[in-house]
Amino acid sequence: MVEAKGYFKIRTVALLSILLVVLAVAPSFLPRFFTYLLALALLTGLLSTSLNLALGFGGMYQFHHAVFYGIGAYGVSLMLMKTSLPPVTGFILGPILSAILALIMGIICIRLSKLYFGMLQLSLGSLVWVVIFRWYSFTGGDDGLHGVPIPSLIATVTGSYYFTLIVTVCCMAILYMIVNSPYGRILQAIRDNPERSASIGVRVRAHQLVALVIAGFFAGIAGILFVSVEGSAFPDLLSWTLSLELIIMCLFGGWFTFFGPMLGSAIMVGLRTLVGGYTEYWTLVLAIILMLLIYFLPEGVLGYFQGLGANPKNTSAEDR
Amino acid sequence: MDFSSTISASGLIQQFLIGLSRSTILFIVSSGLSLVLGVLRIPNVAHGSLYMLGAFLCYSIATLVGAGSTGFWVGLALAPFCVAFVSLVVERALFSRLYDREHLMLLLFTFALMLLCRDAVKMIWGSEYRSLAPPEALQGSLSAFGMMFPKYNLFLLSLGPVVAIGLWFLTHKTKIGKIARAAAVDRDMVGAVGINVSWVFASVFVIGCFLAGLGGALVAPTQNINQGMDHTLIMEAFLIVIIGGLGNVWGALLGALIFGLTDSMGILVWPQFSIVFPYAVVVIALIFRPKGLLKATW
Repeated sequence: MVEAKGYFKIRTVALLSILLVVLAVAPSFLPRFFTYLLALALLTGLLSTSLNLALGFGGMYQFHHAVFYGIGAYGVSLMLMKTSLPPVTGFILGPILSAILALIMGIICIRLSKLYFGMLQLSLGSLVWVVIFRWYSFTGGDDGLHGVPIPSLIATVTGSYYFTLIVTVCCMAILYMIVNSPYGRILQAIRDNPERSASIGVRVRAHQLVALVIAGFFAGIAGILFVSVEGSAFPDLLSWTLSLELIIMCLFGGWFTFFGPMLGSAIMVGLRTLVGGYTEYWTLVLAIILMLLIYFLPEGVLGYFQGLGANPKNTSAEDR
Repeated sequence: MDFSSTISASGLIQQFLIGLSRSTILFIVSSGLSLVLGVLRIPNVAHGSLYMLGAFLCYSIATLVGAGSTGFWVGLALAPFCVAFVSLVVERALFSRLYDREHLMLLLFTFALMLLCRDAVKMIWGSEYRSLAPPEALQGSLSAFGMMFPKYNLFLLSLGPVVAIGLWFLTHKTKIGKIARAAAVDRDMVGAVGINVSWVFASVFVIGCFLAGLGGALVAPTQNINQGMDHTLIMEAFLIVIIGGLGNVWGALLGALIFGLTDSMGILVWPQFSIVFPYAVVVIALIFRPKGLLKATW
């Protein structure tokens, strides 16, 4: 998918810079609701990109990624609500908590592979969910935490949008560098052939564990962004349905592409709002879209267009 | 002091019974899930939706037939077959074309089915709560040893072993069961000796879904029938299958007992956190035996 050395092709650079400029000036043209929606799409995109690091590039069945997102959101909300420490510590601690949880869950799950890995992670994640769901005195139980005191700079819609935009762009850049670093290459090599990687001296488990922790950390960042946009945290953030929806977003955009999940999330968030305006049966529409995707577009939207691209060597199908 | 201790002793037994009958339902549903997971290697996320469908169908058939308890019996008898028929159609028309894809695609496909079922139920039955009375013969309670045992729970308890033995007989003593277990281990080899694996998979899938429908129909008189049913159940069923060992009927039984009993006993210990106990037990068991307590089929 990506050339051995180079970062981007000219066309991609041009597209990305145009997109960035559009995103940077968007709030002055768009109504408040669309600014909010855009922020939501961006942070969901970051979340699904972080999932894709483990799922698409690491080849690990990360079935319950939403847990790290939720823990990041709850971490920052609780820090802001229950302590008098400066808000910055909350925003830093949230992702770190997610990373620690990812490390613990990773150490337990990493012994297994594929479906067993996914299901063990699912059960660990649902334990975390159920604790948060029930711990009324601390996490607010199923009501969640509302009215989180967000610092005034990012409390407005525009403020939180720019905060989300800047953090997302930085994180995407870091993730891109990780994917294209020697470490990222090894990770993809492990995905393609773990036995052979092990036999040439790669420490398979350690590399996979690092990928899980990185994915968890960036999911935590998406969590704090959600709190800054929404001002609340609730148990649905950790729900299994959300985790599966994230996998759909990765599938939608394209597994084996870097920007695919971001595109998929944007499409999903947009579609949900669009379809939700017409009918209450959004899940039905989602189900039909998903089925069509699985049958006709298993490489995802971006994967499909890359496959159409001029250079057949770059197709994601071959890269698998 | 003495008074409270007697209360808790009978309360303990009663809670135990409730836990056991809850375990029965969980066992019936999760044994179906385990069968599908063990043979087809597909985590069928839509299993909980079929359970919900079973409950709603049982309700509808019972109210349609009417006439007191006969309605319920007809519903109980027909609903699982309706669910099985739906699953057969879905399997043949849509699912069977995907078997050579990745597991993740199959998982997502069943997720799509779950979403589809959820909105279909919302369209057909609306979002109100429904409830169904148990048949007259099973209403009320039996009193023994100074305690009351609801008859319907006893009925459920008697059904659990029947399903367990029936399923064991099916998988270990009949020809199709043996083929299915062989196909679970090596699909290509079974195909190579001239057996139509696709139909074996279809029948296993349909049997699994039948059990989901049966569980749903059985649970209908004991709780509110509502849209959230699928969501809570599928998670529990998955955990049970995982701790039991994939594809192992006795494992599903063991898992269901662990899950149902820790849940109902936990209420006595710490009501607010009772729901946490089963999850915690599952996680502890999995940390020590990550592939489940009993032997998995693959």
